[in-house]
Amino acid sequence: MSDAIHIELVAQGMVTLRGDLASASLAKAVKAAVGCTVPGQRQVLVAGENVALWMSPDELLLLVRHDKADDVVAHLGKSMAGEHHLAVNVSDARAMFRLQGQGAREVLAKGAPVDLAPGQFEPWVVRRTRIGLVAAAFWMTEADTFEIVCFRSVAGYMEDWLHHAARKDSLPGVFS
Amino acid sequence: MSKRLSSGGRLIDRAKPVGFTFNNQHFEGFQGDTLAAALLANGQTLLGRSFKYHRPRGLVASGAEEPNALVGLGDGARFEPNQRATTTEVFDGLKAASQNHWPSLHFDVGALNAKLSPFFPAGFYYKTFIHPRAAWKHLFEPFIRRSAGLGKAPKLGDADEYEYFYAYTDVLVVGGGIAGIAAAMEAARSGARVILIDQNAHWGGRVLTDTMQIDGQDAADWALAQVETLAKMPNVTLRNRTMGAGVYDHGYALAYERVADHKPGDGRPRHRLWRIRAGRIVTATGAIERPLAFAGNDVPGVMLASAVRDYVGLWGVSPGERTVLVTNNDDGYRTAIALHAAGLEVPVVLDARDSVVGALSVQARALGIRVETGKGFAKVLGGKFVTGVDICAQAGEGELLETIPCDCVAMSGGWSPAVHLWSHCGGKLNWDEGAAMFRPDAARPPLGDDGTGFVIAAGAANGWLQSGECLEDAVEAGKKSAIEAGFKAKKAGKMAVFAPVEQPLQPVWMMPAKAKPALRAKAFLDFQNDVKVSDVRLAAQEGYESVEHAKRYTTLGMATDQGKLSNINGLAVLAESLNVAIPQVGTTTFRPPYTPISMGSIAGDARGDLFKPTRRTAMDGWHEAHGAHWEPVADWRRPYAFVRKGETVKQAVTREVLNTRSSVGMLDASTLGKILVKGPDAGKFLDLIYTNVMSSLAVGKCRYGLMCNENGFLFDDGVVARLGVDEFLCHTTSGGSDRVHGWMEEWLQTEWWDLQVYVANVTEQFAQIAVVGPKARLVLEKLGGMDVSREALPFMGFVAGALAGIPARVYRISFSGELSYEIAVPASRGLEFWEKVAEAGTELGITPYGTEALHVMRAEKGFIMIGDETDGTVIPQDLNLGWAVSKKKSDFIGKRAHERPFFSDSGRKQLVGLLTDNPTIVLPDGAHAVEGPKLSNGMENMIGHVTSSYFSPTLGHSIAMALIKGGSQRMGQTLSFPVSRSEIIRAKVVDPVFLDKEGARQNV
Repeated sequence: MSDAIHIELVAQGMVTLRGDLASASLAKAVKAAVGCTVPGQRQVLVAGENVALWMSPDELLLLVRHDKADDVVAHLGKSMAGEHHLAVNVSDARAMFRLQGQGAREVLAKGAPVDLAPGQFEPWVVRRTRIGLVAAAFWMTEADTFEIVCFRSVAGYMEDWLHHAARKDSLPGVFS
Repeated sequence: MSKRLSSGGRLIDRAKPVGFTFNNQHFEGFQGDTLAAALLANGQTLLGRSFKYHRPRGLVASGAEEPNALVGLGDGARFEPNQRATTTEVFDGLKAASQNHWPSLHFDVGALNAKLSPFFPAGFYYKTFIHPRAAWKHLFEPFIRRSAGLGKAPKLGDADEYEYFYAYTDVLVVGGGIAGIAAAMEAARSGARVILIDQNAHWGGRVLTDTMQIDGQDAADWALAQVETLAKMPNVTLRNRTMGAGVYDHGYALAYERVADHKPGDGRPRHRLWRIRAGRIVTATGAIERPLAFAGNDVPGVMLASAVRDYVGLWGVSPGERTVLVTNNDDGYRTAIALHAAGLEVPVVLDARDSVVGALSVQARALGIRVETGKGFAKVLGGKFVTGVDICAQAGEGELLETIPCDCVAMSGGWSPAVHLWSHCGGKLNWDEGAAMFRPDAARPPLGDDGTGFVIAAGAANGWLQSGECLEDAVEAGKKSAIEAGFKAKKAGKMAVFAPVEQPLQPVWMMPAKAKPALRAKAFLDFQNDVKVSDVRLAAQEGYESVEHAKRYTTLGMATDQGKLSNINGLAVLAESLNVAIPQVGTTTFRPPYTPISMGSIAGDARGDLFKPTRRTAMDGWHEAHGAHWEPVADWRRPYAFVRKGETVKQAVTREVLNTRSSVGMLDASTLGKILVKGPDAGKFLDLIYTNVMSSLAVGKCRYGLMCNENGFLFDDGVVARLGVDEFLCHTTSGGSDRVHGWMEEWLQTEWWDLQVYVANVTEQFAQIAVVGPKARLVLEKLGGMDVSREALPFMGFVAGALAGIPARVYRISFSGELSYEIAVPASRGLEFWEKVAEAGTELGITPYGTEALHVMRAEKGFIMIGDETDGTVIPQDLNLGWAVSKKKSDFIGKRAHERPFFSDSGRKQLVGLLTDNPTIVLPDGAHAVEGPKLSNGMENMIGHVTSSYFSPTLGHSIAMALIKGGSQRMGQTLSFPVSRSEIIRAKVVDPVFLDKEGARQNV
């Protein structure tokens, strides 16, 4: 693997919230649960250690501490009582990786059909796509740092794939 | 004799010699050589044998269009057949071998085919298929298999790595000649993102050989300076050794980068396949020179005129000492002039045109070169090499005028724009009568998603062969591409081009024009496939009037070069034979890739461990460490059985079944699909999705349910648990979770969008562990933390709490007929919980069991398995599951279909159990039951087949389930299952529930 690239599996609490993203009570519930507003299309919003990601027109993914996910689900259920929604802890259904280092954009561009060029893909935008042969979502938190979410059962594949794609002397050198 | 000249060669570095071998013989070349140039420099003119007649073949071309010089490259795990010597960069240690010959290149037994060529006419293969029938199998096929075929398949796995790269750009420019460079510059100046690629290791295209002036500068220097400027622009990506392989829908293109072909094993991926999405694609792919059709045009030493001067100019190699040039256009004269300048002999230039006045011809004459007009070849003399040419009048039948000795022939039949990429995705062509070529019709380009053209042809690829008009067109194309990609083009300065003015060509499709059959049968159109003028004429005679039919009949334009040299000449001959105009014949379809790309690049990184993702549960590592014999279940891997030392897999299964039935077993059931369905209308929604009623299920209870598709066929089943008033958890089959989730979303989004329901696939959130057997409750009690008594947790109930300190939801459901609990815990604690269960169960004799024991136990109970008892044509009623199909509900998916009369036909195949007469014989899965006299077609009358079949250790008897016509009325009948010519297994039809029909075992 290229010395400049670091790959790490991260324990991350995750809550799927489906509902009417335009509703005031959902906005209030999200604010109360994770501390940020409702993200717009493909947006990633941060509030301290929590993150809210836009997944689809009626779905958010909330990132919280792993041991807080059940509390957040309960909290959302309480504050949205009476309003149709679905909140569920999916922390263990997923795996999250952090990919860091110079060339990280090109590592992902080997397997994700996404325009990863600087200026085209920048921090705090989430893409739901695939990496190699599996479904994935990713976003950047800062220059050369990506957070990647995939299904738990294929975490082994994802880890192998990332290491393979990041191996020494294999990057095309297009974005640098 | 070809040789290295003492000077010249723009691309080679004479200070850097490299050693390589060809057919195990050592040679030296220079860095910058192609393998073709280096072989020519060493006097190697015979490089291979043709496909059908095994005729000796040498180099024809100097680039991607080369049909003959295909070699096997490398060895062992880096061997690859069919590599073009003309596009292979030579490097120190390169190993190449000629192919398609036996026993040696110089003495080839297969060349006898050539002597027999009257017996191998066009369509030979097809004719052998027809008659006599036996001849194909016993005579033709063995013969053709031995003698035909190009390279050999590699024997070892590929040592190299390959990968993809997804790239996005406003403008993709394919081709790094002056047109591509000018177009890229024009597009880049607008600020658009530009990718410029060229298949060669160098930039500049033809101007490296054919000098001219742009803005008072040598065109090659101009090109390099432009490329340097482009390289500095942040919005431009330049890539050489990268071929535009294909153009696809909506601006999608594949580019094939040969990263390390010239430095094998340097640690980089060998090839990189660029998957590019472009706003506009400019094809500046240049043009390809056409050969002329004359007798003996395939003798080694006969080459394209442009190739001859490329070898001289780019690599300092002379293909021959004495070269005769034959041409029908002015461009060919450049070769005579270049050879003369290199001090080589050009005894004569034969020009098929009667009147020749162009500037280049004037220049050639001024150099003292003899020019004969209205003349051509009767034939080329020689076998493995050229020894001379017989000259005749172009207009005649080939009467000999003069024989001129020579060792090389340069031919030019004019140029064809390389329209491949333009055409891949539907760009149309026009026949330009004056220039005798097909060129892109800008009014009929390939259309993108918005209905506008997304490919723009530029320069020579657009039919503008003269450098001045070529550059002008390219600048326009660059500008157009930028504007159409949404950018504002900057005003371009006009470039001053100085190049000789050329006189139009005269199309020559046969030389001489009235050549007799003997000459036509030696005039090759397709060198790789041995297709001659006579073959195409024969095809026309035999009624193959469509160019696509003629192609397949004659093999013209097939194989690795896909007719880059032969297509236009071939269809012109076809048009002439049919007495129609060329555009009426049209071209064959241009399909990607432009030239063959490696299988490795197509596979990318999907090989070895990355070939296919395997889904693994949280306990996968434990299973691996405990003797799991794996089986794939959908994309998962699951233990089939846990095999102990000294045990066979079969013995392990038997042990697991008996232990579970008598004591307790544990199963990793995590792969079962789990879909959360929530909302005020969740019950209503599930009543539509399932055949039975779910809305009446009490909170805290479970119900088994069936799902049918619109046609009424059963496609998934599982247990539904009601978690809350408006919340259900639906279990699906292991392979069905994604499909069922997608199915529910589709119905919610497209049909029942008025229902207030959300679904979420939470399959992988939980590790699910089944604890099964008479002692199951003891195990759970030992884990502690929850009341799992008969009263607190009755059959088909569930409770939530914590077991052994781990949050758990415990379902009392059974797929084995035993007392059974399925416990769902967060996947991150799955392994921990599994180990605790194993530990707690140790003194009770707990053993893990795999999917086969699960199958045996469910079959003993007559439980169906989706995919075994169902095959997409089975309705629940066929499986005696009519009780789970609601008669009360006004609607559910499949209800209307179930009302079709043939679904209530009592003669339908129905599920039954089978007991073999001999209890030790296990029926093969899928065995057919037959009955009564044979059918009129001689086949047995088949009445059904075995769907599941096992040996039941519990009963000491083989058991099976089968779908049999009218099965429910056949109880007690004995059926015949012929399993081979000599063996018929006989089995009695019984109730499919073999064990504990009353359910006493689980009711504890």
